[in-house]
Amino acid sequence: MSDIAIAVKDLTRIFGNFTAVDHITFNVNAGEVFGFLGANGAGKTTAIRMLIGLLAPTSGTARVAGHDVYAESEAIKRSIGYMSQRFSLYEDLTPRENIRLYGGIYGLRLAQIRERTQRMLTRLGLAQVADQPVSSLPLGWRQKLAFSVALVHEPRIVFLDEPTSGVDPITRRQFWELIYEAASRGTTVLVTTHYMDEAEYCDRISIMVAGRIAALGAPSELKQQHGVDSIDELFVRLARPGEQPGGTGVVRAATAEDQ
Amino acid sequence: MSENGGPAKAGPDEAGTYAIRAESISKRFGSTLALDKVSFTLEKGELFGFIGPDGAGKTTLFRILASLLVPDAGHASVLGLDVVSDYRALRQRVGYMPGRFSLYPDLSVHENLTFFASVFGTTIEREYEQIKPIYIQLEPFKDRRAAALSGGMKQKLALCCALVHRPDILLLDEPTTGVDAVSRREFWDLLGRLKHEGLTTVVSTPYMDEATRCDRIALIHRGRLLGVDTPEAITRTFERPLFGVRAGDRYRALLALRKYEHAYSAYPFGDVIHYTDKRVGASVGAIASDIKTFLTASGFSDGSVEPLTPTVEDSFIARTEDAA
Repeated sequence: MSDIAIAVKDLTRIFGNFTAVDHITFNVNAGEVFGFLGANGAGKTTAIRMLIGLLAPTSGTARVAGHDVYAESEAIKRSIGYMSQRFSLYEDLTPRENIRLYGGIYGLRLAQIRERTQRMLTRLGLAQVADQPVSSLPLGWRQKLAFSVALVHEPRIVFLDEPTSGVDPITRRQFWELIYEAASRGTTVLVTTHYMDEAEYCDRISIMVAGRIAALGAPSELKQQHGVDSIDELFVRLARPGEQPGGTGVVRAATAEDQ
Repeated sequence: MSENGGPAKAGPDEAGTYAIRAESISKRFGSTLALDKVSFTLEKGELFGFIGPDGAGKTTLFRILASLLVPDAGHASVLGLDVVSDYRALRQRVGYMPGRFSLYPDLSVHENLTFFASVFGTTIEREYEQIKPIYIQLEPFKDRRAAALSGGMKQKLALCCALVHRPDILLLDEPTTGVDAVSRREFWDLLGRLKHEGLTTVVSTPYMDEATRCDRIALIHRGRLLGVDTPEAITRTFERPLFGVRAGDRYRALLALRKYEHAYSAYPFGDVIHYTDKRVGASVGAIASDIKTFLTASGFSDGSVEPLTPTVEDSFIARTEDAA
């Protein structure tokens, strides 16, 4: 079973009388790029917080990098990398200092940190700006650095939460190349995004609707199954059931979204 | 700066069909040139989009147009009113929705709307017809605190608040950023409806696919406009032959294509690689079969190649590459 990076069965989280995540079941294979999609409020964030060991589930099971989400949340945190849509580096520190800080937090030895810093800065083309405050770098460079920093301890799995929000199209594509590169080295990537074309870059995707997984599979399979031309179309169809795209059923749709 | 020799001073009545006229606007923050001689005009009734990534200068431009920021150089008038000298009159007639959610999180939907109406000396009841198409979507949640709304609903509330004083022009700064694909679509449907009613609207967005919802667009990058035209005209000027390449191992195929001697650029676009070729004059069919031969020789026997029509995003990438 070692080639399953994330194994989730009937995972559920209830807040008061609201079921944010409702019996979701899926596996993510090692080395896979897995797109975790859903409308705002569908339960993605709650699910991710459970998978990264920040929130205890109400019921169900999940193992991440072989560790149980109930009993081994600390071990999970050590075996994963995480990058959020909000910027996850210290802006007053330089790239070099950020790498050293995160390397230290993850318990790397100084020699390891030094070696990885060099490799990372060279690969990202950031050697020239290694000693300038991160705040002075363009957003796209910071996002690429943040991604590499999330991988500094060479985790088996990395969680990326809307990593490309607002970045320019060239940087967005360069960022995806970093994702491919990491995946080709065997890192498992779970990524959320609002760009539907990015969903098509993934090996497999899931689409959450109202706490449940409404679709799961390779983008090409899903398009074929549902008879649609794009994941965008499928997303709209699933996320707003009963509504024609661009139609007038929005009041009902809004109710579903906001309850 | 460049106002010498510009058009004769236009009074509000002479503004004619221009809803906005911007001439060589520049704005600097410290060492950053946020806007670099930006000029454009906007007709009344247009739905006009500024398309560009974070840091392109969109927010600075919107703040200047909303009279909240004074340009270092250049001139702008909105509805014939100068954004610096006529700011009081202008603010009565502009509906501005800032990029950051800026309503009161502790007030309910209804309270926020009442507040913004009262600031402009009106009431929800009096303006009901104007805001109705949006307000009916918010009404089921009218007692909910704004902070507890989803991203899409927050943006609809903000749009409603920007409309409540019956403005003649709407300035919407990134209303769909961070909002899911379905809510984005709904939001653009609303803008289409407002346009139909004759409202002039200026929107900014980092999502290139939203460009096609606009009458005209301006591509903006690093403080400069890379082009202003209809989305069709923007994509028509794409110069190089563009192909979609598919292969089982996309990542390795991408790396291989970049090394191909005729390659100008190769980028992943969803499940396909967008490839442009250096050979501008050559026939599309000949180039396609060359690429196919190259793929096979490089070990991608499952590779396929097809000519593509460029999208706004392709054009944006090409223009930023040329500008670099």
